[in-house]
Amino acid sequence: MKEIRIHGRGGQGSVTAAELLAVAAFEDGKYSQAFPAFGVERRGAPVTAFVRIDDKPIRLRSQIYEPDYVVVQDATLVDVVNIAAGAKPDGFILINTEKSPDSFNFNTKATVKTLDATKLAMDIIGKPIVNTILAGAFAGVSGLINPESIKNAVMERFPGKVGEKNCLAIQTAYDLMEAQR
Amino acid sequence: MRKNMVVVEGSYAVAHAVKVCRPNVISAYPITPQTHIVEDLAQFAADGEMNCEYMNVESEFSAISALIGASAAGARTYSSTTSQGLALMHEALFNASGMRLPIVMTVVNRALSAPINIWNDQQDSISQRDTGWIQLYAEDVQESADMTPQIYKLAEDEDVLLPAMSCMDGFILSHVYEPVILLEQSLTDEFLPAYDPEFTLDPKNPMSFGAFADPGTYTEFRYKQEKAMGVALEKIEEIANEFKDIYGRYYGGLIDGYVLDDAEIVIMAMGSIIGTVKDTIDELRIQGESVGLLKVRSFRPFPTEAIRKALKNAKVVITLDKNISIGKNEGALCTEVKACLHNTDNRVPVIGFMLGHGGRDIPINMIKKIINKAKLVEKGIFIESEFADLREDLA
Repeated sequence: MKEIRIHGRGGQGSVTAAELLAVAAFEDGKYSQAFPAFGVERRGAPVTAFVRIDDKPIRLRSQIYEPDYVVVQDATLVDVVNIAAGAKPDGFILINTEKSPDSFNFNTKATVKTLDATKLAMDIIGKPIVNTILAGAFAGVSGLINPESIKNAVMERFPGKVGEKNCLAIQTAYDLMEAQR
Repeated sequence: MRKNMVVVEGSYAVAHAVKVCRPNVISAYPITPQTHIVEDLAQFAADGEMNCEYMNVESEFSAISALIGASAAGARTYSSTTSQGLALMHEALFNASGMRLPIVMTVVNRALSAPINIWNDQQDSISQRDTGWIQLYAEDVQESADMTPQIYKLAEDEDVLLPAMSCMDGFILSHVYEPVILLEQSLTDEFLPAYDPEFTLDPKNPMSFGAFADPGTYTEFRYKQEKAMGVALEKIEEIANEFKDIYGRYYGGLIDGYVLDDAEIVIMAMGSIIGTVKDTIDELRIQGESVGLLKVRSFRPFPTEAIRKALKNAKVVITLDKNISIGKNEGALCTEVKACLHNTDNRVPVIGFMLGHGGRDIPINMIKKIINKAKLVEKGIFIESEFADLREDLA
Protein backbone atom coordinates (compact mmCIF):
# COMPACT_ATOMS: atom_id res chain seq x y z
CA MET A 1 0.00 0.00 0.00
CA LYS A 2 1.22 3.51 -0.85
CA GLU A 3 0.12 6.44 1.30
CA ILE A 4 0.01 10.09 0.26
CA ARG A 5 -0.51 13.16 2.42
CA ILE A 6 -1.51 16.42 0.74
CA HIS A 7 -1.02 19.76 2.50
CA GLY A 8 -2.78 22.85 1.28
CA ARG A 9 -4.83 25.80 2.37
CA GLY A 10 -8.61 26.01 2.40
CA GLY A 11 -9.81 26.89 -1.10
CA GLN A 12 -6.76 25.46 -2.94
CA GLY A 13 -8.49 22.22 -3.86
CA SER A 14 -6.47 19.76 -1.76
CA VAL A 15 -9.51 17.56 -1.26
CA THR A 16 -10.24 17.62 -5.00
CA ALA A 17 -6.61 16.68 -5.72
CA ALA A 18 -6.95 13.69 -3.38
CA GLU A 19 -10.20 12.70 -5.05
CA LEU A 20 -8.66 12.94 -8.55
CA LEU A 21 -5.73 10.74 -7.52
CA ALA A 22 -8.11 8.15 -6.07
CA VAL A 23 -10.28 8.12 -9.20
CA ALA A 24 -7.22 7.89 -11.46
CA ALA A 25 -5.57 5.10 -9.43
CA PHE A 26 -8.77 3.09 -9.60
CA GLU A 27 -8.93 3.56 -13.36
CA ASP A 28 -5.38 2.20 -13.47
CA GLY A 29 -6.64 -1.05 -11.93
CA LYS A 30 -5.74 -0.35 -8.32
CA TYR A 31 -7.89 0.19 -5.24
CA SER A 32 -7.92 3.63 -3.67
CA GLN A 33 -9.26 5.75 -0.86
CA ALA A 34 -9.23 9.54 -0.48
CA PHE A 35 -10.40 11.51 2.53
CA PRO A 36 -9.91 14.89 4.13
CA ALA A 37 -8.87 15.76 7.66
CA PHE A 38 -11.36 18.54 8.08
CA GLY A 39 -10.40 21.35 10.34
CA VAL A 40 -12.23 24.60 10.48
CA GLU A 41 -13.65 25.02 6.99
CA ARG A 42 -12.51 28.43 5.87
CA ARG A 43 -10.36 29.87 3.11
CA GLY A 44 -6.68 30.02 3.89
CA ALA A 45 -6.64 27.67 6.87
CA PRO A 46 -4.24 24.72 6.60
CA VAL A 47 -5.98 21.64 5.16
CA THR A 48 -4.76 18.07 4.97
CA ALA A 49 -6.09 15.37 2.66
CA PHE A 50 -5.05 11.74 2.40
CA VAL A 51 -4.89 9.12 -0.34
CA ARG A 52 -4.22 5.39 -0.10
CA ILE A 53 -3.49 3.23 -3.15
CA ASP A 54 -3.21 -0.54 -2.99
CA ASP A 55 -3.60 -3.70 -5.09
CA LYS A 56 -6.38 -4.95 -2.80
CA PRO A 57 -9.45 -3.31 -1.24
CA ILE A 58 -8.50 -0.83 1.49
CA ARG A 59 -10.06 -1.25 4.95
CA LEU A 60 -7.82 0.96 7.09
CA ARG A 61 -9.58 4.19 8.15
CA SER A 62 -7.01 6.01 10.28
CA GLN A 63 -5.18 9.11 9.14
CA ILE A 64 -1.75 8.74 7.51
CA TYR A 65 1.23 9.17 9.84
CA GLU A 66 4.08 7.69 7.77
CA PRO A 67 3.41 8.79 4.20
CA ASP A 68 5.33 7.46 1.21
CA TYR A 69 4.63 10.79 -0.48
CA VAL A 70 3.91 14.29 0.77
CA VAL A 71 2.49 16.89 -1.60
CA VAL A 72 2.63 20.56 -0.53
CA GLN A 73 0.44 22.94 -2.52
CA ASP A 74 1.61 26.11 -0.79
CA ALA A 75 5.22 26.57 0.31
CA THR A 76 4.21 29.06 3.01
CA LEU A 77 2.86 26.05 4.91
CA VAL A 78 6.42 24.86 5.47
CA ASP A 79 6.75 27.42 8.29
CA VAL A 80 3.35 26.58 9.78
CA VAL A 81 2.94 22.81 9.54
CA ASN A 82 5.50 20.05 10.06
CA ILE A 83 5.00 18.81 6.53
CA ALA A 84 7.86 16.28 6.71
CA ALA A 85 6.44 14.59 9.83
CA GLY A 86 6.71 10.82 9.56
CA ALA A 87 7.76 10.86 5.90
CA LYS A 88 9.31 7.51 4.95
CA PRO A 89 13.11 7.66 4.34
CA ASP A 90 12.71 6.32 0.81
CA GLY A 91 9.73 8.61 0.16
CA PHE A 92 9.31 11.94 -1.59
CA ILE A 93 8.18 15.40 -0.58
CA LEU A 94 6.87 17.40 -3.55
CA ILE A 95 6.58 21.15 -2.96
CA ASN A 96 5.02 23.87 -5.11
CA THR A 97 7.71 26.55 -5.03
CA GLU A 98 10.06 28.48 -7.27
CA LYS A 99 12.89 27.50 -4.92
CA SER A 100 15.21 24.54 -5.45
CA PRO A 101 14.97 21.39 -3.29
CA ASP A 102 18.23 22.14 -1.45
CA SER A 103 16.83 25.42 -0.10
CA PHE A 104 14.66 23.35 2.28
CA ASN A 105 16.09 21.85 5.39
CA PHE A 106 13.67 19.30 6.78
CA ASN A 107 14.54 16.77 9.42
CA THR A 108 13.89 13.89 7.04
CA LYS A 109 15.63 11.34 4.83
CA ALA A 110 12.85 11.65 2.25
CA THR A 111 13.82 13.21 -1.09
CA VAL A 112 12.56 16.75 -1.67
CA LYS A 113 11.35 17.64 -5.18
CA THR A 114 10.12 21.07 -6.23
CA LEU A 115 8.05 22.45 -9.06
CA ASP A 116 6.87 26.01 -9.70
CA ALA A 117 3.29 24.89 -10.16
CA THR A 118 1.89 28.38 -9.60
CA LYS A 119 3.86 29.72 -12.60
CA LEU A 120 2.72 26.75 -14.71
CA ALA A 121 -0.85 27.41 -13.63
CA MET A 122 -0.66 31.10 -14.54
CA ASP A 123 0.98 30.33 -17.90
CA ILE A 124 -1.34 27.53 -18.98
CA ILE A 125 -4.60 27.82 -17.05
CA GLY A 126 -4.46 31.55 -16.38
CA LYS A 127 -5.34 31.16 -12.71
CA PRO A 128 -3.16 30.23 -9.71
CA ILE A 129 -4.98 26.90 -9.20
CA VAL A 130 -2.33 24.23 -8.70
CA ASN A 131 -4.14 21.12 -7.48
CA THR A 132 -4.46 19.37 -10.85
CA ILE A 133 -0.88 20.31 -11.79
CA LEU A 134 0.43 18.80 -8.58
CA ALA A 135 -1.59 15.65 -9.25
CA GLY A 136 0.21 15.41 -12.61
CA ALA A 137 3.56 16.20 -10.97
CA PHE A 138 2.88 13.52 -8.37
CA ALA A 139 2.32 10.98 -11.13
CA GLY A 140 5.65 12.06 -12.66
CA VAL A 141 7.57 11.81 -9.38
CA SER A 142 6.04 8.54 -8.22
CA GLY A 143 5.32 6.61 -11.38
CA LEU A 144 2.32 5.29 -9.43
CA ILE A 145 -0.42 6.68 -11.65
CA ASN A 146 -0.86 6.99 -15.40
CA PRO A 147 -1.20 10.71 -16.26
CA GLU A 148 -3.90 9.79 -18.79
CA SER A 149 -6.05 8.50 -15.93
CA ILE A 150 -5.68 11.80 -14.07
CA LYS A 151 -6.64 13.68 -17.24
CA ASN A 152 -9.69 11.46 -17.69
CA ALA A 153 -10.71 12.12 -14.09
CA VAL A 154 -10.28 15.88 -14.64
CA MET A 155 -12.32 15.87 -17.87
CA GLU A 156 -15.07 13.93 -16.08
CA ARG A 157 -15.22 16.51 -13.30
CA PHE A 158 -14.47 19.68 -15.32
CA PRO A 159 -15.67 19.05 -18.88
CA GLY A 160 -14.89 21.49 -21.71
CA LYS A 161 -12.25 24.23 -21.96
CA VAL A 162 -11.42 24.33 -18.25
CA GLY A 163 -10.69 20.62 -18.26
CA GLU A 164 -8.63 20.81 -21.44
CA LYS A 165 -6.37 23.56 -20.08
CA ASN A 166 -5.91 21.57 -16.88
CA CYS A 167 -5.00 18.48 -18.89
CA LEU A 168 -2.31 20.37 -20.78
CA ALA A 169 -0.91 21.63 -17.47
CA ILE A 170 -1.04 18.11 -15.99
CA GLN A 171 0.91 16.67 -18.92
CA THR A 172 3.51 19.46 -18.73
CA ALA A 173 3.99 18.92 -14.99
CA TYR A 174 4.16 15.16 -15.48
CA ASP A 175 6.82 15.45 -18.19
CA LEU A 176 8.94 17.85 -16.12
CA MET A 177 8.93 15.58 -13.06
CA GLU A 178 9.13 12.30 -14.96
CA ALA A 179 12.34 13.53 -16.63
CA GLN A 180 13.94 13.83 -13.15
CA ARG A 181 12.88 10.38 -11.98
CA MET B 1 -17.38 -6.99 -9.24
CA ARG B 2 -14.68 -4.36 -9.87
CA LYS B 3 -16.01 -3.54 -13.32
CA ASN B 4 -19.23 -2.07 -11.89
CA MET B 5 -17.42 0.04 -9.30
CA VAL B 6 -16.94 3.79 -9.38
CA VAL B 7 -14.98 6.02 -7.01
CA VAL B 8 -17.51 8.38 -5.41
CA GLU B 9 -17.99 10.14 -2.10
CA GLY B 10 -19.74 8.10 0.60
CA SER B 11 -22.55 10.64 0.84
CA TYR B 12 -23.23 10.37 -2.89
CA ALA B 13 -23.38 6.57 -2.73
CA VAL B 14 -25.95 6.78 0.06
CA ALA B 15 -28.01 9.51 -1.65
CA HIS B 16 -28.03 7.38 -4.79
CA ALA B 17 -29.17 4.36 -2.75
CA VAL B 18 -32.00 6.44 -1.30
CA LYS B 19 -33.01 7.51 -4.82
CA VAL B 20 -33.36 3.94 -6.11
CA CYS B 21 -35.51 3.09 -3.07
CA ARG B 22 -38.08 5.53 -4.53
CA PRO B 23 -39.13 7.46 -1.42
CA ASN B 24 -42.29 9.55 -1.84
CA VAL B 25 -41.41 12.25 0.69
CA ILE B 26 -38.01 13.52 1.84
CA SER B 27 -37.68 16.14 4.54
CA ALA B 28 -34.39 17.20 6.03
CA TYR B 29 -32.47 20.12 7.48
CA PRO B 30 -28.80 20.43 6.48
CA ILE B 31 -26.18 19.91 9.19
CA THR B 32 -22.49 18.93 8.96
CA PRO B 33 -21.48 16.19 8.15
CA GLN B 34 -24.83 15.04 6.76
CA THR B 35 -25.04 17.96 4.30
CA HIS B 36 -23.73 16.24 1.16
CA ILE B 37 -26.40 13.52 1.35
CA VAL B 38 -29.30 15.98 1.38
CA GLU B 39 -27.62 18.25 -1.20
CA ASP B 40 -27.32 15.30 -3.57
CA LEU B 41 -30.95 14.28 -2.93
CA ALA B 42 -32.20 17.84 -3.44
CA GLN B 43 -30.30 17.87 -6.74
CA PHE B 44 -31.84 14.55 -7.84
CA ALA B 45 -35.31 15.88 -6.97
CA ALA B 46 -34.70 19.24 -8.71
CA ASP B 47 -33.41 17.47 -11.83
CA GLY B 48 -36.52 15.33 -11.99
CA GLU B 49 -34.53 12.15 -11.37
CA MET B 50 -36.80 11.33 -8.43
CA ASN B 51 -40.54 11.41 -8.33
CA CYS B 52 -40.75 12.65 -4.76
CA GLU B 53 -41.82 15.56 -2.63
CA TYR B 54 -38.66 17.19 -1.26
CA MET B 55 -39.65 19.40 1.67
CA ASN B 56 -37.39 22.19 2.86
CA VAL B 57 -38.10 22.81 6.53
CA GLU B 58 -36.75 25.15 9.17
CA SER B 59 -35.46 22.60 11.68
CA GLU B 60 -34.89 18.91 12.31
CA PHE B 61 -37.92 18.89 14.58
CA SER B 62 -40.04 19.97 11.61
CA ALA B 63 -38.30 17.49 9.33
CA ILE B 64 -39.26 14.50 11.46
CA SER B 65 -42.72 15.90 12.23
CA ALA B 66 -43.43 16.30 8.51
CA LEU B 67 -42.36 12.72 7.90
CA ILE B 68 -44.59 11.44 10.69
CA GLY B 69 -47.55 12.98 8.86
CA ALA B 70 -46.41 11.77 5.45
CA SER B 71 -45.70 8.24 6.67
CA ALA B 72 -49.08 8.04 8.40
CA ALA B 73 -50.64 9.02 5.07
CA GLY B 74 -48.95 6.01 3.48
CA ALA B 75 -45.81 7.56 1.95
CA ARG B 76 -42.35 5.99 1.93
CA THR B 77 -40.32 8.62 3.77
CA TYR B 78 -36.66 9.54 4.27
CA SER B 79 -34.57 11.93 6.27
CA SER B 80 -30.96 12.24 7.32
CA THR B 81 -29.43 14.07 10.23
CA THR B 82 -26.70 14.02 12.86
CA SER B 83 -25.69 15.18 16.32
CA GLN B 84 -27.66 18.24 17.52
CA GLY B 85 -30.17 17.69 14.72
CA LEU B 86 -30.95 14.18 15.94
CA ALA B 87 -31.12 15.45 19.52
CA LEU B 88 -33.66 18.06 18.43
CA MET B 89 -35.80 15.27 16.92
CA HIS B 90 -35.77 13.32 20.17
CA GLU B 91 -39.36 13.94 21.31
CA ALA B 92 -40.83 13.09 17.90
CA LEU B 93 -38.71 9.92 17.54
CA PHE B 94 -40.89 8.29 20.21
CA ASN B 95 -44.00 9.32 18.27
CA ALA B 96 -42.73 7.78 15.04
CA SER B 97 -42.08 4.49 16.79
CA GLY B 98 -45.21 4.49 18.95
CA MET B 99 -47.34 5.17 15.88
CA ARG B 100 -45.48 2.33 14.13
CA LEU B 101 -44.36 4.44 11.19
CA PRO B 102 -41.50 2.92 9.15
CA ILE B 103 -39.60 6.17 8.57
CA VAL B 104 -36.02 5.59 7.43
CA MET B 105 -33.24 7.95 8.43
CA THR B 106 -29.51 7.94 7.78
CA VAL B 107 -27.71 9.12 10.88
CA VAL B 108 -24.30 10.46 9.93
CA ASN B 109 -22.74 9.97 13.33
CA ARG B 110 -21.20 13.01 15.01
CA ALA B 111 -20.29 14.18 18.52
CA LEU B 112 -22.61 16.34 20.63
CA SER B 113 -21.98 19.80 22.07
CA ALA B 114 -20.68 21.25 24.36
CA PRO B 115 -17.89 21.88 23.56
CA ILE B 116 -18.96 22.27 19.95
CA ASN B 117 -17.42 19.61 17.75
CA ILE B 118 -18.41 18.62 14.22
CA TRP B 119 -16.43 15.39 14.04
CA ASN B 120 -17.35 11.75 14.39
CA ASP B 121 -18.34 9.67 17.34
CA GLN B 122 -21.54 7.71 17.97
CA GLN B 123 -22.97 9.55 20.98
CA ASP B 124 -25.83 10.94 18.89
CA SER B 125 -27.52 7.72 17.80
CA ILE B 126 -26.57 5.83 20.96
CA SER B 127 -28.36 8.53 22.97
CA GLN B 128 -31.57 7.66 21.04
CA ARG B 129 -31.30 4.00 22.04
CA ASP B 130 -34.63 3.79 23.85
CA THR B 131 -36.80 5.67 21.35
CA GLY B 132 -38.01 2.44 19.72
CA TRP B 133 -36.08 2.88 16.48
CA ILE B 134 -34.14 0.10 14.80
CA GLN B 135 -30.42 0.98 14.63
CA LEU B 136 -27.96 -0.64 12.22
CA TYR B 137 -24.29 0.41 11.89
CA ALA B 138 -22.29 0.21 8.65
CA GLU B 139 -18.55 -0.43 8.36
CA ASP B 140 -17.82 1.04 4.92
CA VAL B 141 -19.42 3.04 2.11
CA GLN B 142 -20.75 0.02 0.25
CA GLU B 143 -22.45 -1.28 3.37
CA SER B 144 -23.87 2.19 4.13
CA ALA B 145 -25.44 2.26 0.65
CA ASP B 146 -26.57 -1.36 0.71
CA MET B 147 -28.10 -0.93 4.15
CA THR B 148 -30.60 1.58 2.74
CA PRO B 149 -32.91 -0.79 0.81
CA GLN B 150 -32.35 -3.45 3.47
CA ILE B 151 -33.53 -1.16 6.22
CA TYR B 152 -36.60 -0.02 4.21
CA LYS B 153 -37.58 -3.63 3.70
CA LEU B 154 -37.11 -4.32 7.38
CA ALA B 155 -38.93 -1.24 8.68
CA GLU B 156 -41.87 -1.68 6.32
CA ASP B 157 -42.34 -5.40 6.98
CA GLU B 158 -45.95 -5.79 8.14
CA ASP B 159 -44.84 -7.68 11.25
CA VAL B 160 -42.21 -5.05 12.12
CA LEU B 161 -43.49 -1.55 11.23
CA LEU B 162 -40.86 0.38 13.16
CA PRO B 163 -38.81 3.42 12.16
CA ALA B 164 -35.16 2.73 11.49
CA MET B 165 -31.79 4.47 11.58
CA SER B 166 -29.02 3.48 9.23
CA CYS B 167 -25.88 4.77 10.96
CA MET B 168 -22.65 5.72 9.18
CA ASP B 169 -19.66 7.46 10.76
CA GLY B 170 -19.48 11.17 9.91
CA PHE B 171 -16.58 12.28 7.68
CA ILE B 172 -14.87 8.86 7.94
CA LEU B 173 -17.58 7.34 5.72
CA SER B 174 -19.64 10.34 4.58
CA HIS B 175 -16.67 12.21 3.10
CA VAL B 176 -14.40 9.39 1.92
CA TYR B 177 -13.97 8.63 -1.79
CA GLU B 178 -13.66 4.92 -2.40
CA PRO B 179 -14.71 2.35 -5.00
CA VAL B 180 -18.36 1.40 -4.65
CA ILE B 181 -21.11 -0.20 -6.71
CA LEU B 182 -24.01 2.24 -7.01
CA LEU B 183 -27.23 0.33 -6.41
CA GLU B 184 -28.97 -0.68 -9.61
CA GLN B 185 -32.57 0.53 -10.01
CA SER B 186 -33.69 -2.78 -11.53
CA LEU B 187 -32.25 -4.91 -8.71
CA THR B 188 -33.64 -2.55 -6.09
CA ASP B 189 -37.12 -2.72 -7.64
CA GLU B 190 -36.85 -6.51 -7.47
CA PHE B 191 -35.59 -6.48 -3.87
CA LEU B 192 -37.79 -3.78 -2.34
CA PRO B 193 -41.54 -3.91 -2.98
CA ALA B 194 -43.62 -0.72 -2.93
CA TYR B 195 -44.78 0.36 0.51
CA ASP B 196 -48.41 -0.63 0.89
CA PRO B 197 -49.50 -0.17 4.51
CA GLU B 198 -52.71 -1.68 5.86
CA PHE B 199 -53.61 1.46 7.83
CA THR B 200 -53.21 5.02 6.56
CA LEU B 201 -54.60 8.45 7.26
CA ASP B 202 -57.35 8.75 4.69
CA PRO B 203 -60.23 11.28 4.74
CA LYS B 204 -62.50 8.64 3.21
CA ASN B 205 -61.85 6.28 6.09
CA PRO B 206 -60.98 8.51 9.06
CA MET B 207 -58.95 7.11 11.95
CA SER B 208 -56.47 8.42 14.55
CA PHE B 209 -52.83 7.42 15.01
CA GLY B 210 -51.24 7.61 18.44
CA ALA B 211 -54.13 9.53 19.91
CA PHE B 212 -54.56 8.38 23.49
CA ALA B 213 -53.96 5.32 25.64
CA ASP B 214 -54.94 5.25 29.28
CA PRO B 215 -53.32 3.01 31.93
CA GLY B 216 -55.67 0.25 30.80
CA THR B 217 -54.07 -0.02 27.34
CA TYR B 218 -50.72 1.85 27.24
CA THR B 219 -48.53 -1.05 28.40
CA GLU B 220 -49.62 -3.24 25.51
CA PHE B 221 -48.49 -0.60 22.99
CA ARG B 222 -44.99 -0.82 24.46
CA TYR B 223 -45.20 -4.62 24.57
CA LYS B 224 -46.10 -4.74 20.89
CA GLN B 225 -43.20 -2.45 19.96
CA GLU B 226 -40.89 -4.82 21.81
CA LYS B 227 -42.49 -7.82 20.07
CA ALA B 228 -41.94 -6.12 16.70
CA MET B 229 -38.25 -5.68 17.58
CA GLY B 230 -38.18 -9.42 18.24
CA VAL B 231 -39.55 -10.05 14.74
CA ALA B 232 -36.95 -7.64 13.36
CA LEU B 233 -34.21 -9.80 14.91
CA GLU B 234 -35.18 -12.64 12.58
CA LYS B 235 -35.95 -10.45 9.59
CA ILE B 236 -32.55 -8.69 9.66
CA GLU B 237 -30.82 -12.01 8.94
CA GLU B 238 -33.43 -13.01 6.36
CA ILE B 239 -33.24 -9.66 4.56
CA ALA B 240 -29.43 -9.67 4.54
CA ASN B 241 -29.57 -13.09 2.85
CA GLU B 242 -32.20 -11.96 0.33
CA PHE B 243 -29.98 -8.98 -0.46
CA LYS B 244 -27.07 -11.36 -1.01
CA ASP B 245 -29.15 -13.45 -3.43
CA ILE B 246 -30.08 -10.44 -5.53
CA TYR B 247 -27.04 -8.15 -5.30
CA GLY B 248 -24.34 -10.67 -4.36
CA ARG B 249 -23.07 -8.81 -1.29
CA TYR B 250 -23.28 -9.71 2.40
CA TYR B 251 -21.99 -7.94 5.52
CA GLY B 252 -23.53 -10.11 8.19
CA GLY B 253 -27.07 -9.84 9.45
CA LEU B 254 -27.23 -9.02 13.15
CA ILE B 255 -23.53 -9.64 13.67
CA ASP B 256 -20.56 -10.75 11.62
CA GLY B 257 -17.40 -12.56 12.63
CA TYR B 258 -13.86 -12.11 11.34
CA VAL B 259 -11.41 -14.91 12.21
CA LEU B 260 -13.67 -15.37 15.18
CA ASP B 261 -14.14 -19.12 15.67
CA ASP B 262 -10.77 -19.96 17.27
CA ALA B 263 -10.11 -16.51 18.74
CA GLU B 264 -9.35 -16.30 22.47
CA ILE B 265 -9.49 -12.51 22.45
CA VAL B 266 -12.60 -11.14 20.74
CA ILE B 267 -12.93 -7.45 19.88
CA MET B 268 -16.50 -6.17 19.54
CA ALA B 269 -17.24 -2.90 17.76
CA MET B 270 -19.68 -1.05 15.49
CA GLY B 271 -19.18 1.15 12.43
CA SER B 272 -16.16 2.32 10.48
CA ILE B 273 -13.63 1.26 13.10
CA ILE B 274 -14.22 -2.32 11.92
CA GLY B 275 -11.86 -1.98 8.91
CA THR B 276 -8.98 -0.72 11.05
CA VAL B 277 -9.60 -3.53 13.57
CA LYS B 278 -9.50 -6.12 10.76
CA ASP B 279 -6.12 -4.81 9.56
CA THR B 280 -4.84 -4.88 13.16
CA ILE B 281 -6.01 -8.46 13.59
CA ASP B 282 -4.27 -9.54 10.36
CA GLU B 283 -0.97 -8.13 11.69
CA LEU B 284 -1.40 -9.79 15.09
CA ARG B 285 -2.44 -13.14 13.60
CA ILE B 286 0.87 -13.25 11.66
CA GLN B 287 2.60 -12.87 15.03
CA GLY B 288 0.59 -15.82 16.34
CA GLU B 289 -1.87 -13.88 18.51
CA SER B 290 -5.31 -15.45 18.90
CA VAL B 291 -7.45 -12.39 18.16
CA GLY B 292 -10.75 -12.13 16.30
CA LEU B 293 -13.54 -9.66 15.66
CA LEU B 294 -17.24 -9.71 16.33
CA LYS B 295 -18.87 -6.88 14.43
CA VAL B 296 -22.20 -5.72 15.82
CA ARG B 297 -24.37 -4.56 12.93
CA SER B 298 -27.68 -4.36 14.76
CA PHE B 299 -27.66 -2.42 18.03
CA ARG B 300 -31.46 -2.23 18.20
CA PRO B 301 -32.81 -4.85 18.21
CA PHE B 302 -29.88 -6.10 20.30
CA PRO B 303 -28.86 -9.60 19.17
CA THR B 304 -28.47 -11.20 22.62
CA GLU B 305 -28.70 -14.84 21.53
CA ALA B 306 -26.45 -14.41 18.49
CA ILE B 307 -23.79 -12.70 20.61
CA ARG B 308 -23.94 -15.35 23.35
CA LYS B 309 -23.38 -18.02 20.71
CA ALA B 310 -20.60 -16.11 18.95
CA LEU B 311 -18.70 -15.58 22.23
CA LYS B 312 -18.86 -19.16 23.47
CA ASN B 313 -15.14 -19.84 22.87
CA ALA B 314 -13.87 -16.40 23.87
CA LYS B 315 -11.51 -16.04 26.83
CA VAL B 316 -11.50 -12.24 26.88
CA VAL B 317 -13.96 -9.84 25.28
CA ILE B 318 -12.97 -6.26 24.41
CA THR B 319 -15.66 -3.73 23.55
CA LEU B 320 -14.85 -0.53 21.65
CA ASP B 321 -17.26 2.35 22.15
CA LYS B 322 -17.32 5.79 20.50
CA ASN B 323 -19.72 6.95 23.20
CA ILE B 324 -19.95 7.15 26.98
CA SER B 325 -22.72 6.97 29.50
CA ILE B 326 -21.35 9.70 31.74
CA GLY B 327 -21.68 8.54 35.32
CA LYS B 328 -21.29 4.85 34.43
CA ASN B 329 -17.81 5.20 32.87
CA GLU B 330 -18.84 2.82 30.12
CA GLY B 331 -19.89 2.91 26.50
CA ALA B 332 -23.24 1.41 25.53
CA LEU B 333 -21.87 -1.66 23.76
CA CYS B 334 -19.84 -2.57 26.85
CA THR B 335 -22.88 -2.34 29.12
CA GLU B 336 -25.06 -4.33 26.71
CA VAL B 337 -22.52 -7.11 26.19
CA LYS B 338 -21.97 -7.52 29.93
CA ALA B 339 -25.72 -7.67 30.49
CA CYS B 340 -26.22 -10.17 27.72
CA LEU B 341 -23.67 -12.59 29.23
CA HIS B 342 -24.66 -12.19 32.87
CA ASN B 343 -27.39 -14.82 33.04
CA THR B 344 -25.30 -17.46 31.28
CA ASP B 345 -22.52 -19.84 32.35
CA ASN B 346 -20.10 -17.95 30.11
CA ARG B 347 -18.75 -15.32 32.55
CA VAL B 348 -15.94 -14.27 30.24
CA PRO B 349 -14.32 -10.96 31.25
CA VAL B 350 -15.73 -8.02 29.26
CA ILE B 351 -13.32 -5.09 29.14
CA GLY B 352 -14.59 -1.77 27.85
CA PHE B 353 -12.57 0.85 26.02
CA MET B 354 -13.97 4.22 25.00
CA LEU B 355 -12.20 5.98 22.16
CA GLY B 356 -12.57 8.17 19.11
CA HIS B 357 -14.68 10.82 20.82
CA GLY B 358 -15.15 14.05 18.86
CA GLY B 359 -13.24 12.64 15.90
CA ARG B 360 -10.01 11.63 17.68
CA ASP B 361 -8.20 9.40 15.20
CA ILE B 362 -7.90 5.65 15.82
CA PRO B 363 -4.67 4.24 14.38
CA ILE B 364 -3.71 0.55 14.40
CA ASN B 365 -1.26 1.13 17.26
CA MET B 366 -4.10 2.21 19.50
CA ILE B 367 -6.00 -1.02 18.89
CA LYS B 368 -2.82 -2.96 19.66
CA LYS B 369 -2.35 -1.02 22.89
CA ILE B 370 -5.92 -1.83 23.88
CA ILE B 371 -5.41 -5.55 23.23
CA ASN B 372 -2.21 -5.55 25.33
CA LYS B 373 -4.04 -3.84 28.19
CA ALA B 374 -6.90 -6.31 28.02
CA LYS B 375 -4.43 -9.20 28.12
CA LEU B 376 -3.35 -8.08 31.60
CA VAL B 377 -6.48 -9.87 32.80
CA GLU B 378 -4.54 -13.12 32.32
CA LYS B 379 -2.18 -11.82 35.04
CA GLY B 380 -5.09 -10.94 37.28
CA ILE B 381 -5.11 -7.22 36.48
CA PHE B 382 -8.69 -6.40 35.48
CA ILE B 383 -9.69 -3.16 33.83
CA GLU B 384 -13.43 -2.61 34.05
CA SER B 385 -13.70 0.15 31.49
CA GLU B 386 -11.60 3.17 30.56
CA PHE B 387 -10.81 5.80 27.94
CA ALA B 388 -8.24 4.31 25.58
CA ASP B 389 -6.96 7.53 24.06
CA LEU B 390 -6.75 10.11 26.85
CA ARG B 391 -4.11 12.79 26.43
CA GLU B 392 -2.23 12.76 29.69
CA ASP B 393 -1.21 16.41 29.23
CA LEU B 394 -4.86 17.50 29.21
CA ALA B 395 -6.39 14.93 31.54
